Amino acid sequence: MSVRTLASSKEKTFDGGPSPLAPKRRPFGVWFKDKGWRHVVGVVTTIFAVFPLLYVLSAALDSNGTLVGSNGLFSRFDTGNFVALFSDPTRPFGRWFVNTLVVGTVTSAATVFLGAMAAYAFSRMRFKGRRMGLLTLLLLQMFPQLLAVVAIFLLLSGISQVIPALGLGSQLGLIMVYLGGALGVNTYLMYGFFNTVPQSLDEAAKIDGASHVQIFFGIILRLVTPILAVVGLLAFIGISSEFVIASVVLTDPDSQTLAVGLYSYVAQQRSENWGVFAAGAVIAAIPVMALFLFLQKYIVSGLTAGSVKG
Amino acid sequence: MPKPDLRELPSSQGQAAPAEAVSSARRQAKPARPAKPARHPDSLKGTILKVVLLGLVDAFAVYVLMMLFLSQSWAALAVSSLVVLAINWIYLRKGGLPAKYLAPGVLFLLVFQVLVVVFSGYIAFTNYGDGHNSTKDDAISAIQLTAQKRVPDSPAYKASVLTKDNEFYLLFTDPAGKAQFGSSEDPLAEAPDAGKDSTGKANSLPGYQTLKFQEIVANQQEILKVTVPVSEDPADGTLRTADGSTAYQFKPALNYDAATDTFVDTETGTEYRDNGKGAFADANGETLATGWKIDVGMDNFVRAFTDPSLRGPLLGVILWTFTFSIASVALTFVMGLFLAMTFNREDLRGKKAYRILMILPYAFPAFLSGLVWSGILNPEFGWLNQTLLGGANIGWLTDPVLAKISVLVVNVWLGFPYMFLVCTGALQSLPSEIDEAARMDGASAWRVFRSIKLPLLLVSVAPLLISSFAFNFNNFNVIYMLTGGGPRFADTDRDIGATDILITLVYKVAFGQGTGRDYGLASALAIIIFIIVATISAISFKQTKALEDVN
Repeated sequence: MSVRTLASSKEKTFDGGPSPLAPKRRPFGVWFKDKGWRHVVGVVTTIFAVFPLLYVLSAALDSNGTLVGSNGLFSRFDTGNFVALFSDPTRPFGRWFVNTLVVGTVTSAATVFLGAMAAYAFSRMRFKGRRMGLLTLLLLQMFPQLLAVVAIFLLLSGISQVIPALGLGSQLGLIMVYLGGALGVNTYLMYGFFNTVPQSLDEAAKIDGASHVQIFFGIILRLVTPILAVVGLLAFIGISSEFVIASVVLTDPDSQTLAVGLYSYVAQQRSENWGVFAAGAVIAAIPVMALFLFLQKYIVSGLTAGSVKG
Repeated sequence: MPKPDLRELPSSQGQAAPAEAVSSARRQAKPARPAKPARHPDSLKGTILKVVLLGLVDAFAVYVLMMLFLSQSWAALAVSSLVVLAINWIYLRKGGLPAKYLAPGVLFLLVFQVLVVVFSGYIAFTNYGDGHNSTKDDAISAIQLTAQKRVPDSPAYKASVLTKDNEFYLLFTDPAGKAQFGSSEDPLAEAPDAGKDSTGKANSLPGYQTLKFQEIVANQQEILKVTVPVSEDPADGTLRTADGSTAYQFKPALNYDAATDTFVDTETGTEYRDNGKGAFADANGETLATGWKIDVGMDNFVRAFTDPSLRGPLLGVILWTFTFSIASVALTFVMGLFLAMTFNREDLRGKKAYRILMILPYAFPAFLSGLVWSGILNPEFGWLNQTLLGGANIGWLTDPVLAKISVLVVNVWLGFPYMFLVCTGALQSLPSEIDEAARMDGASAWRVFRSIKLPLLLVSVAPLLISSFAFNFNNFNVIYMLTGGGPRFADTDRDIGATDILITLVYKVAFGQGTGRDYGLASALAIIIFIIVATISAISFKQTKALEDVN
């Protein structure tokens, strides 16, 4: 992140400082060749990037409702769609929202915990098969769970016969399935971060009589909080968009998540329900986008750290 | 949205390695000490917590094992018992610390990531699917129960509907006035203690509640499903009521002969034999709808590449899957790199604002993006045709070529911010001296970019491009939400379309509307994806030496 903050502070000095002196006398052509075209690119790209978001916002605020009616951007402002969204008993949007929060929160919390335990073992202990284990995790995460969606469906329908509370149609079952992907990427990510915490801290604590559990919860987890937060929030964002497995496991509208529920709004009649769908999309997207933008600097530093490593 | 690449984050392993070496050296020295007594005794609190947690897990495990025992799933029972024993062994023995930390995550990983893949492999070699989802015995009794016809000129029974514990029972009065009683599970039995009304119709039974007319109307669907077998033998037929007051006797239209293992149509006399493919078929190859699950060997794979209604479309889909993922990576990378170069100027006004606005698509949930764009691009009502193009009728999502282009544009919209961020980071990490040195030597800006910056950049970005490719190879959300795979191919009656990629095809074959579910074929297709992804990652791992991090 240091690169970015450095860049932005320099930006300020250039903008506010010496720039008013020199460029004023520069002819337009020179300015355009040097910087102007960059603004043209920036504006065009920004329009491309932002337009669909404005479009869905405008459709959400126009209670006219249909797809055709949504074409006049921001021609009307009212909250009719949002009222309709929360008053349809066959499509309980409020429940979907809560379900998504519950499934996402439980899964990401458990993911962080399981991943941290595994990362602790890999980072702090030496045992037979450690290298092999890390390698296997690295390989397994190349195969996303959705590839085995058929088998997951049949496995859960088998579980339904024995323990209905964990089988098809249950959110608990869905959470269990998601936890199958809890190791993999996350462990690898955390493993790298755990390694940056000096071993001497553990050793010192051990000499003072701390048990491995106390070291794990009392020292390591506290020092790696940032990575725990990032992993947890990324897991949450990922799960809130997951459609394939959720759509197969959650059959009852009351138990569905936002991804499955909102799709059902437009699966059959895309045009008629457009306004209400747009309202739902806005509400569903706002928390995720807020989280993402809030986390932006962590995510960006993660991405760039990865890319410059070589 | 390609967000999975963060596994590249651990950039610090190199620094940590010496510490590891030190500690492992220390550990190797350890056995010289009297190891066991020197261990820190577990605190009382810790021990209690451990016992409580393990107790809870075991209590749940015992419940599961009991349920498995009751449902007589012996194989599952054996495996689960072994797992429970292993868990207890791991947590109760002294030492073996790593296993204690790894066990919970690994358990989930084994069941829901590894086992399901193995299971997919098994399903791929069966004909599991609609009409083939149980054993042959189940199929035979299902055929007998479903293929029922009213026995011609059979007497009408008077019927009352009774209920107990949310189950429905029927109470019949035969023409002779005798009361009989049963439900779908319980075959017909005499009911001597039934109460009768003035017309002689039996209408009540001790311990059961009689449904009133309104209640019958309200539960009509469930009552229609109640079929009371006349005896234990399904061939004897059943009694049913359509209106809750009169019942008729129904008999199987197909008679099963156990000796010859054939069904005979009672009217036409057609014989249906076991055709060896998990179904009963007549001489012309016509099969009965209900079949059973059998192993079919390589049949699903053979079918995928020989069945005329499947072969052409499948090859098209595989080709498009590769085109889609390669083009997506290339386009997003070129656009991201171009933007990164454009905005890699520290003195550009509004750089920060551009940056925030440009990464918004990346933050927007992926499944919603496809749906929102499907509204914009909708040929009949969409904004693009109606407003921007003034009522044009261009099939952005219905013309095969345009639909492919639309899918790519939307995926670029979703993916370019990621590449922009990645390339910006990589560019900023390039030492500025090389730029200056090359300029001194008289290289043009283009030459500097092509011969120096791009190769250096590619070295660091290549692993991310490969994982981006792997992600797009299975990019279900964009395709399914935007076009649903359509427009459909004209040369097949299956639901396969021009923008379908392999993973959407798997989903549609397994869970699609309209055509029957075919889990066997879907799993076979999934296995094909597995093989492709495994090959690609094996090659790319070799090339990028990503494994060096671990070794």
